[in-house]
Amino acid sequence: MIALIDYGAGNLTSVRKALTHIGTPYVVPSAPDALDACSGVIVPGVGHFETTATLAGAWTAAIEASVQRDVPLLGICVGLQWLFAGSEEAPTLPGLGVMSGCCALIPGAHTAEDSAPTAALKVPHVGWNSLDVKKESWILDGVRDGDQVYFTHSFAAPVTADCVASTTYGVEFASVVERDHIAGVQFHPEKSGEVGLGILRNFLRRTGDASNLPAQ
Amino acid sequence: MLSKRIIACLDVRDGNVVKGINFEGLQNAGNPAELSSRYNQDGIDEIVILDVTATIEKRKALAETIHAVAEEIFLPLCVGGGIRDERHAEAAIDAGADKVSLNTAAIAQPELITTLASRYGSQAVIVAIDAKRANDGFQIFVRSGQQSTDRDAVEWAREAADRGAGEILLTSIDRDGTKSGFDCELTAAVSEAVPIPVIASGGAGTFDHFVEVFTTGKADAALAASIFHYAEHAVADLKQHLSQAGIPVRLTPPGPRGNTPSTSPQSPVD
Repeated sequence: MIALIDYGAGNLTSVRKALTHIGTPYVVPSAPDALDACSGVIVPGVGHFETTATLAGAWTAAIEASVQRDVPLLGICVGLQWLFAGSEEAPTLPGLGVMSGCCALIPGAHTAEDSAPTAALKVPHVGWNSLDVKKESWILDGVRDGDQVYFTHSFAAPVTADCVASTTYGVEFASVVERDHIAGVQFHPEKSGEVGLGILRNFLRRTGDASNLPAQ
Repeated sequence: MLSKRIIACLDVRDGNVVKGINFEGLQNAGNPAELSSRYNQDGIDEIVILDVTATIEKRKALAETIHAVAEEIFLPLCVGGGIRDERHAEAAIDAGADKVSLNTAAIAQPELITTLASRYGSQAVIVAIDAKRANDGFQIFVRSGQQSTDRDAVEWAREAADRGAGEILLTSIDRDGTKSGFDCELTAAVSEAVPIPVIASGGAGTFDHFVEVFTTGKADAALAASIFHYAEHAVADLKQHLSQAGIPVRLTPPGPRGNTPSTSPQSPVD
C-alpha cells in the first residue's frame, strides 16, 4: 500500500486520480505512524516550499524511518525540492536533506519589482518541456530522451550526481533525481499524459505493489 | 526547450459540448470526456472546459463533467465560465480541475485572484480577459463580452499578475469566431507587459494563424475550439505544421488506441 502524504500543499485530486487509473492501492494517512505499514511513500506538492513546514517533526521522522527500511520514496514538484537540503523560497526551513544542494529561483526570472520583463524569462516555468536523460534509472524506465512532461514551478534543483534527467529553461536544472530507492520529479507525472503515467507505474513496480501491472 | 502549448476549448452546457462536432467514430459527439480523450490521443497539450450553462442549478452537471474528463485524460485541465466566488472555484478544483479561469468575477472583486492564489497557488489561477480594440488601446468587456468596462487590457493584465494570477487567457472579441487570425498586436502588447504566460484566443482559422501568434504575437500558448472540432487529427497536423515552421511543440507518438497510420512515425521533439 502506497502512502500519499497530504500536508496541505494544494490539491491532491489529480494525483489520486492518476494512482487510481494505474490501479495503485493507496492511502492518505492521517497520522505519521501509518507509514509503518506502507510499501511506498509519495510526497506530492504544488505551490510554496513554506507548505513543507507541516512535514517538520513527526512526519519527517516517519518518512526518514521508512527510507531507512528501504521503502521507496517519490517526491513530486515541491516534493522533489523537499528531498534537498532546502530552498531559497523558504531559507529557514530545512528539507529532508537526502539529496545535497539547495533549490533556487530559476535565474533570469523577473520579480514583482522588475517592471521590464521583455528580456527576462517568464516565471513560473509553465508548460511542456523535454527531459535530457543523463543515465539509466528505474524511475525513467521506458522514458525516451527528449520525451516531454508538464512543468509548473519557479524554483528548481541543482544538477548533481543524483540527477538522472535534466531540463533546460534559461538554465539547466535537475528535473528527475534518483538515488537508490529515492526518486524525485520536478514536473507533474499526473499531468504528463502517457509518459507521466509510465513514471508512476515505475514507482509502483519499485514498491513491489505492482502485481496488477502489465509486465515490462 | 519549452514548447508552445496548443489548448482545446470545450464549450459545455448541461454536460454536453455545444459547438458542432462531427468526428466519425465518436459514439456521442457531444460527450466532453470522449472528445477530450480523442484530443489526448491526437496530442493536445491542455483542455479548457468553458461552462456556458445559464443557471446555477445546472452547476452540478459541470462537476460531473469535470470529474468525467479528469478520469479520462491526464493533462492539465482548466475550468472557466461562471466562477464567481471561492466556493465555485473549490467545487471545480475538487472535481478534478487543475486551474480555474476567472473573468467577470476577477474584475468585480480582484481580491478573489489573491485569495485563490494563496489557497491553491498561482499556477491554479488563470485570469481571462476579453478585449476589443478601442481608440488606441484594448478595452475590456465582461459578462461574455456583453458589458463594457473602462479598463484597459494591458493595464489589467499587469494588475492581475501582480495580484497573483499564474496565466492570462486573452481573447480578442474582434476576432472571435471570424477565423481571420489571432489579434497579434493585442497578444504581443499583453505578453510583453506581464511576467506570466499568455494564452491567445479568438480568430484561429488556419494553421498559419498559430505560427503568427507564436512569433509576431509572442504568445506562450494558443487556444481554439472549432478548428479542432471539424477535422480528425487536426491537432497532430497542426503540431507537425508548427514544428516544420520552427516552433517548439510537443510531438507525441500515436497513443495505444490512436489510429494514426503506422507509416508516419513521429520522433520526439529535441
